[in-house]
Amino acid sequence: MLELNGIKKSFGPVQVLHGVDLTVRGGEVHALLGENGAGKSTLMKIVSGILQPSEGTIRVDGQERTFADYDAAIEAGIGIVFQEFSLIPYLNAVDNMFLAREKRTRLGLLNRRAMRERARMILGRLGVTIPLDVPVARLSVAEQQFVEIAKALSLEARILVLDEPTATLTPDEVEHLFTVMRELRRQGVAIVFISHHLEEIFEICDRITVLRDGSFVATCAVADTDTDRLVEMMVGRRIENSFPPKPAHIPAEIVLDCEEVQLRKNGPVSSFQLRKGEILGFAGLVGSGRTETALAMLGAFPAARCRVRVDGQEMRFREPADGLAHGIGLLPESRKEQGLITSFSILQNISLNNYGKYRRNHWFIDLKAERAATADAMRNVRVKAQGPDARIDTLSGGNQQKVVIARWLNHQTKVLIFDEPTRGIDVGAKAEIYALMRQYTAQGHSIIMISSELPEVIGMSDRVCVFKGGGIVATVEGGHINSEDIMTHATTGRTQNVA
Amino acid sequence: MSHDATVERRFDARRLLHSPLALPLIGLIVVSVLMGFASDNFFSVSNIFNVLRQVSIVAILAVGMTFVILTGGIDLSVGAVMALAGTIAAGLMVNFGMPGWVGLLAGLGVGVVLGVFNGFLVAWGRMPAIIVTLATMGIARGLGLIYSGGYPISGIPSWISWFGVGRIGIVPVPVIAMVIVYALAWVLLQRTAFGRHVYAIGGNELAAKLSGVKTQRVKLAVYAISGVTAAIAALILTGRLMSGQPNAGVGFELDAIAAVVLGGTAIAGGRGLILGTLIGAILLGILNNGLNLMGINPYMQDVIKGLIILLAIYIGREWR
Repeated sequence: MLELNGIKKSFGPVQVLHGVDLTVRGGEVHALLGENGAGKSTLMKIVSGILQPSEGTIRVDGQERTFADYDAAIEAGIGIVFQEFSLIPYLNAVDNMFLAREKRTRLGLLNRRAMRERARMILGRLGVTIPLDVPVARLSVAEQQFVEIAKALSLEARILVLDEPTATLTPDEVEHLFTVMRELRRQGVAIVFISHHLEEIFEICDRITVLRDGSFVATCAVADTDTDRLVEMMVGRRIENSFPPKPAHIPAEIVLDCEEVQLRKNGPVSSFQLRKGEILGFAGLVGSGRTETALAMLGAFPAARCRVRVDGQEMRFREPADGLAHGIGLLPESRKEQGLITSFSILQNISLNNYGKYRRNHWFIDLKAERAATADAMRNVRVKAQGPDARIDTLSGGNQQKVVIARWLNHQTKVLIFDEPTRGIDVGAKAEIYALMRQYTAQGHSIIMISSELPEVIGMSDRVCVFKGGGIVATVEGGHINSEDIMTHATTGRTQNVA
Repeated sequence: MSHDATVERRFDARRLLHSPLALPLIGLIVVSVLMGFASDNFFSVSNIFNVLRQVSIVAILAVGMTFVILTGGIDLSVGAVMALAGTIAAGLMVNFGMPGWVGLLAGLGVGVVLGVFNGFLVAWGRMPAIIVTLATMGIARGLGLIYSGGYPISGIPSWISWFGVGRIGIVPVPVIAMVIVYALAWVLLQRTAFGRHVYAIGGNELAAKLSGVKTQRVKLAVYAISGVTAAIAALILTGRLMSGQPNAGVGFELDAIAAVVLGGTAIAGGRGLILGTLIGAILLGILNNGLNLMGINPYMQDVIKGLIILLAIYIGREWR
């Protein structure tokens, strides 16, 4: 029904898809599998007309098609439900389904009865009942998803793409979704199902296509494969040598002891210890609770429970400033939104939380000292820029990240939390940042590194906490820090419910 | 690297043109020249001091407003807080026979208390500034009217008039007060960590918070500063009118906001200079003064001022 051949895509000089094939038949659920950044989302954006392929062909029912935009793909019968829903929270399900395609009466008024009828019919086809009169914001996540699916079906979609639909659902809701998917399959709809949870794929899917680093790896029937083979296909064998050597011996002294953290009520309870001079990796899929756990420790995420000891002393941080006062700093995952003040210069960004260092007469900033310290800090991390007064938004991603690092190195911290330290950064800058991280731990400081890039987790971490479903499912060290073990825990691990 | 820095620091016409002050300054010069042609009297020393004295109250209100707007907030209560501070101060002096300085301190206290009230609700109550300060505006105005019964309270010690109409040499006292307030604000914004944190919050509050800036405290402080500048403005107003006027300052918050925005400060926060606000306030004052000197109908004056503000913002938008 849907046939993609040799799809390639480049953004500027960076090629993200290197010739991907995908064939989806009517009446099958086809899994699209790959690590974060393997190219799944890009591929689906091409299928739905949001992006245009640089090369390759798309065939629908054997006919070659090019989609100029989203509407053209809808026209061809392709519906897509994104991870982030595109529903208007204050409108009800019917209004959302017919948004911008409202049925009208001859007078030009909304034909509410016709729309309601049609909505009810489509939802009936899915076998679900949803209250039609309340704003969708009041529906559960699963119900909202059904509204999205119904919206796609109301547009006569015969090919349905579900981008990680189960990521935020409870087990019961997942079961309900699967019932709906089976019903659609019975009706001959072709479904592309993206999920990181292997057990789900074995439950619902017929065939699987695996991508790795933007390349096509294989398509096979679910019946012919197993977890180990899939993980191996996803991870592959890679050679990475840009990582500095790990220290042979890490002392057992614990600087940060997170005795228990529970992100949501009734969620899993986790604990971990950070040792002096180590890099502790936080691995797991997006949404597995890695970032939230780190933020919860600093009081920037409202966790149900969180008990932390710093150097043996019980602490309660209400905001990141409290963490900073005890030598704990955070380099957030989104530089632009959480890390940098984009209207500030490099100098102002580096000294943002460092004013204690250069005071004059207690109240005032010693501008000369600030300038000198900034120049030093910039030299230490090798920021390439016009000068300390250059605006931050004129820098490349790698240099922006170095500025954030400089801000924290300039400070008296002993624990730094790096959230996705090398996202969107070129290879050369990555190696420099890795070296800086090791320099920092060599001084007896410690790092928690949250990363979605497995090679990075493996190459940098002395120990790794693997997250799934809001908690830590395993902590691995030594020889167990390899992609197979980590991926297996991250995709199939069971969280223990202590509460 | 340090070599680059010195090169960049050197005087450079292009740099000046790209400074956020360039546009307000050009506006000020253009309007002054126009007014100079329209009226012989405009460039006389006495008229210049007259204009500055007239703008002093709004200009001082605009200082606190600049702090608030730089963090991305707004303070609609300044006019009403000023009126209440003046009314309470006069009431204590007249009705309770307290010495003048006690009344003045009480007026200052009113400003601080209401500013902290606003700041607390915005920072810890997480309520939108525009609603909080709108409510405070109503509360302050109402309290002043209740306390005074709606009538001006006169009969305050005569030395207080010095703050409103006195002079040191040829310079009016309100103008000196205005200069001092602006100088303090400049130091606070440009030379202290607090000032940088104000800009940081307006630029990216989340990033500032995650970096360890105590964003709630800073927000509380900017509203408190706005309350203090409202109280200082009240002192000058009370001295000029020689009475506490519960109905004074209606609409002054809008003039103060106009001054800040004309001065080149981004209404969303994060960018702007206190000197720009001073220029903006003077620009507004010159318009008022000049239109008066030209004998233009006061209703028409409001229309003209509104159009000029729109024009200025439009040009400023294209400028960047």
